[in-house]
Amino acid sequence: MNSYDWLQIICFFVVLLALIKPLGSFMAHVYQGERTFLSPLLVPCENLLYRICGVKKDEEMDWRRYAGAMVLFNLVLFAALFLMLLTQHLLPLNPQKFPAFTWQLALNTAISFVTNTNWQAYSGESAASYFTQTVGLTVHNFVSAATGMAIVIALIRGFARRRTSLLGNFWVDLTRGTLYILLPLSLVGALFLVSQGVIQNFTAYKTVPLVQAVTYDKPKLDDKGNPIKDATGNPVTERVTTKEVTIPLGPVASQEVIKELGTNGGGFFNANSAHPFENPTPLSHYVEILLILLIPGALTYTFGVMVGNTRQGWTLLGVMLALLVISFGVLQGVESSGNPLVAKLGVQGANLEGKEVRFGLAGTSLFEVATTGTSCGAVAAMHDSLTPIGGMVPLGLILLGEIVFGGVGSGLYTMLAFAVIAVFVSGLMIGRTPEYLGKKIEVREMWMSIITILTAGIMVLVLSGIAFLVPAAVASMANPGAHGLSEVIYAFASMANNNGSAFAGLNANVNFYNLAGSLAMIAGRYVPAIAVLAMAGSLAEKKYIPPSLGTLPTDKVPFALWLSLVILIVGALTFFPALAMGPIVEHLTMLGGN
Amino acid sequence: MNDLRSAILMFLVFTIICGGAYPAIVTGVASAVFPHQAAGSFITGADGKESGSALIGQPFSAPKYFWPRPSATTDFAYNPMASGGSNAGPTNPDFIKTVGDRVAALRTAGVAGPIPADLALASASGLDPHITPAAARLQIPRIAKARLLDEGAVAAILSRTAEDRQLGLLGEPRVNVLMLNLALDRLKP
Repeated sequence: MNSYDWLQIICFFVVLLALIKPLGSFMAHVYQGERTFLSPLLVPCENLLYRICGVKKDEEMDWRRYAGAMVLFNLVLFAALFLMLLTQHLLPLNPQKFPAFTWQLALNTAISFVTNTNWQAYSGESAASYFTQTVGLTVHNFVSAATGMAIVIALIRGFARRRTSLLGNFWVDLTRGTLYILLPLSLVGALFLVSQGVIQNFTAYKTVPLVQAVTYDKPKLDDKGNPIKDATGNPVTERVTTKEVTIPLGPVASQEVIKELGTNGGGFFNANSAHPFENPTPLSHYVEILLILLIPGALTYTFGVMVGNTRQGWTLLGVMLALLVISFGVLQGVESSGNPLVAKLGVQGANLEGKEVRFGLAGTSLFEVATTGTSCGAVAAMHDSLTPIGGMVPLGLILLGEIVFGGVGSGLYTMLAFAVIAVFVSGLMIGRTPEYLGKKIEVREMWMSIITILTAGIMVLVLSGIAFLVPAAVASMANPGAHGLSEVIYAFASMANNNGSAFAGLNANVNFYNLAGSLAMIAGRYVPAIAVLAMAGSLAEKKYIPPSLGTLPTDKVPFALWLSLVILIVGALTFFPALAMGPIVEHLTMLGGN
Repeated sequence: MNDLRSAILMFLVFTIICGGAYPAIVTGVASAVFPHQAAGSFITGADGKESGSALIGQPFSAPKYFWPRPSATTDFAYNPMASGGSNAGPTNPDFIKTVGDRVAALRTAGVAGPIPADLALASASGLDPHITPAAARLQIPRIAKARLLDEGAVAAILSRTAEDRQLGLLGEPRVNVLMLNLALDRLKP
């Protein structure tokens, strides 16, 4: 890293950390129904919305009803998007006349966006209409993010409240998260991105002349649009020259900003945030990273405010920050030393395969750790082409459960589950009843925390194992050997943890990945979410135990270190064998020069 | 059931707000305040006609043009309808062979010494409009020869077109290949 790299990264973190407290305390006000500077404008809208939807805003819910409302809402979202994708060809705002999605792809895509995963087995520019992108996917980006935030707020209330079964009202939390937090930030952010060159229009794709005509071998297609093959199975091609190309357009900025802010990650275009229309300048790049980390980071402060001790929030943020910085250092280090197999051919410098020049290597590395430490999954570089150890960094961050800032809401609630486990284990070691934030940790909390943490891991290992028994799933791998294994593990890690990024060489639009992936996404989203709400319900009913001399302080550095250790041990025990056979073997192969 | 009714109505209301009003407002304001960017940063070529977007790279292979990075888009390089990278793994033999072929092609074109990584490795989007200044400088002799220009004149255009780090801090110094080649064409077609 040169001095510019250091300066960029340091400036970025200064800006990020400076925004944590103001945004975090704003969010605490919003969720506690207190007055904010947006109240004069938004309170009337909010009340009108409750009247239309038949919501009584003072009526609080216990954990079962809260979880039930969440699941019902998500079912409606899923059904609507699934139908929309199946009828895309009949709907308006489709200037390119894209056909409907197949049912398998529609199922996978609808589940993917409802669960905040945004795994994409399609290419936006050649499959999704403007109607699908805005009225469909953009809406889901907002409400799936607001759903995650509502769940963590309910869990925080579980810690903060005493002797009650009530956790708040799901509809109110959902509405406030969207109206007060996501929408205002998105409006400002979208306009800023347009100023940098992100496009925002509803015009049809534009055909423009090339400065230099290009000649290429075009695969011949039969009447049905399938490639014609010769006797030996190779595609038949014809030599053609084109003097013009078609440039895809669309309402990109409005979706780009919420895709990052809500840690959704689904790109408007296939190349996602590496596409110049999604991410045109270094400044837009850093702003997009900021958007990814902003809400998950600030929620730690919201948590601190709501449980009455902001140091509790800073401690968790410290753990997140440390893991993020270490991951960044490893990724940046291995990518800047380049690929020895390529260096042998006379190519000098960093591993730029699958990376863009304008972001710089440090900016690219930061984006990739931010997007996989959270559940975002937008990419500004192609993870499949990272060096083996480089590729293990995003994969590892996803496998740890996306707690390094984490998804909006989901990151913090998974981190809190880890904190509960850390408190419990340390309680056993020093022989005291474990307590966290004045609440006794008992069997139910332990069960729910373990379910929260291990569901995704079980899905990853079991489904990856099955994938290697399914011939069609094996044929989807784009790269041979250990790297192919990494592609499959990454795919299920990404879907089960609701990330959505990919080792994209894998051809994921086959029935096995569409269907098994749908299962992974559903389990990875709703099992932990419901377990967290169940834990919140049980915590809220407990009485408060004031800290005594024997209580482990959870707002100090030793606890932060202990928590980091617990996270790494759980991650390593679960996934080391799989990682050893994938990235680590490939790394050794690369060093061996084969 | 009450909550089911609320769920359906909430979905409809948020679809109107987040899927209708929000993109419409952003589109309206953006096209009023930043019309050029919102439309796609389209530019005019040496002949005064619209000639692509300043943000989307184009394929150049003639000796008289600066060459961009390799692109892994399907059908042909820099196909804007098929954005994406090669997704080749670092140890994939096909990938190593492809890079070897690119290096050989550059050697044939007269490039000696170490090759900057961006000239031999494909970008993430396949549409990367930029190369590094080092990758551009290597190409000056070829272009000067093909256009019967003085190397100093080509270098001058290059340094005029090159972009510094944004705000003097962010990203990397870079050159937009399309803009550079259009500037060359304007000087001497």
